[in-house]
Amino acid sequence: MRRRRLGRRIVGAAMTGATYGAAAVALVPLFAILGMLVVKGAGSLDLNFFIKASVPLGETGGGFAHAIVGTLIMVALAAAIGVPVGVGAGIYLAESGGAKAATIVRFVADTLNGIPSIVIGIFAWTWIVRPTGRFSAWAGGIALACILAPIVARTTEEMVRLVPNSLREAALALGYPRWRTSLQVVVRTALPGIVTGCLVALARVAGETAPLLFTALGSLYLSTDVNRAMAALPLQIYSYAVGPYDEWHRQAWAGALVLILLVLALGIVARLVTHRKAYG
Amino acid sequence: MADHGAAATLPLPTGRTSVAAPPAAPHVQVRSLTAWYGTAAGVRDISLDFPRGTVSALIGPSGCGKSTLLRSINRMHEEVPDARIDGGVMLDGVDIYGPGISAMRVRRKVGMVFQKPSPFPAMTIAENVAAGLRVGPPITRGEREAVVERTLKRAALWDEVKDRLDHPALELSGGQQQRLCVARAIAPEPEVLLLDEPTAALDPIATARIEELVHELRRDYTIIIVTHNMQQAARVSDVTAFLYLGALIETGPTSVMFTAPSSPQTEAYVTGRFG
Repeated sequence: MRRRRLGRRIVGAAMTGATYGAAAVALVPLFAILGMLVVKGAGSLDLNFFIKASVPLGETGGGFAHAIVGTLIMVALAAAIGVPVGVGAGIYLAESGGAKAATIVRFVADTLNGIPSIVIGIFAWTWIVRPTGRFSAWAGGIALACILAPIVARTTEEMVRLVPNSLREAALALGYPRWRTSLQVVVRTALPGIVTGCLVALARVAGETAPLLFTALGSLYLSTDVNRAMAALPLQIYSYAVGPYDEWHRQAWAGALVLILLVLALGIVARLVTHRKAYG
Repeated sequence: MADHGAAATLPLPTGRTSVAAPPAAPHVQVRSLTAWYGTAAGVRDISLDFPRGTVSALIGPSGCGKSTLLRSINRMHEEVPDARIDGGVMLDGVDIYGPGISAMRVRRKVGMVFQKPSPFPAMTIAENVAAGLRVGPPITRGEREAVVERTLKRAALWDEVKDRLDHPALELSGGQQQRLCVARAIAPEPEVLLLDEPTAALDPIATARIEELVHELRRDYTIIIVTHNMQQAARVSDVTAFLYLGALIETGPTSVMFTAPSSPQTEAYVTGRFG
């Protein structure tokens, strides 16, 4: 008996060790990336980086302000378009039961989720950039919204489905019509999860490069005109990283660090929202 | 098989006040009710009266149709896909399945409490109590607060929650949550209260408190309670109806049903020989 107990303890310890090991291995890429970005990029982060746009070659003190502002504007555009569509579609998917239209919408959302983002970019170029005759932040925002909406739709559907049916019944039994049951009880209960899903999706599109290549194009100037080409962090990182100058490379590293921190911040906010209001 | 098929009138049990006034029409009358789930009948051709101001217990083994019958009385049955009703249910002589009658209106007159306590998690204690008022006529904030206080007192919960009305409802214990659900159901002032195994998920002390509450509320509401617990039916109800395989087997004053039932099936069930 003693020996068997000892054997169990050894196996238990080994398995626990293995799981810790696996967790550590999974975290290695995250910390390796963060570490490298800090090492290579933190040195170029100064006030100018955040408040100044690009400067011509040879001058010093240029920054990424135009790209940071551009990313914030286009992510905001994408959120303004994609979140209502995605949340609405998600609620419909979860609350419509087994309606045939819902099956089709779900299939379309899943397909859209799987489309490479470069294809979304070409699509936006064909339908927005070419007819309007100009690259614009609008086109970039819409392209990002096309990526955002199906992700938000599916996470919203999952969150709304998690709401126990007993709450729906309780609301109906109080005389709530179906639509008010959905909005005032079910969606309200699922709201923290829906918000989290939206933030995670925003973090995802904030780092997208391909959909912006043919739509927002990129720019070297600080601009808030959504009808013109606009810079974005991933675009600026790309163009500086492939350029021939060391100063550009250093700034690209710094830009990458800022982008990762932005995504990380969205992720942390998403965690806080979920933690504050758990339900079950 | 006594009374099966016919409209069984539930006489008031002995011990209750015998008012000299002519007997009013039963508050709730179930008429030849068959409730379908697709092609399967959950209850078959049941006719049963529920007099005003009484507590009626529906008893029977699992799957006998007690919950289906109960859910037909506030039109919750039709929320199940493919569900359908034949026959009718009269509330004060008006068929709740009649043309032009909306399920929402019926449910505001016939409140319901479910087996599992189901307070709305995203709402505070006070918001939960007032939840049903939001679909009624508009009222002022002061009126709403008065209703919340009055209702929580009626539900014997006020003293336990008066200092934390703005706290989340999920802070409460299971028994308190169920009393909150009773409060939520009676806040819009329904006439009838349906209780679907309201104590099945509760411990004995919380169960006793709900039973006391039923005793208190009988003065103002016609109460119909589904229960698996025979002692509970005997304790809280004036009249009892025994259902088996979707059919009404026997109904009568609770004291008679538990001591001298006329159907051998009823006797077998109430003495615990099956079910």
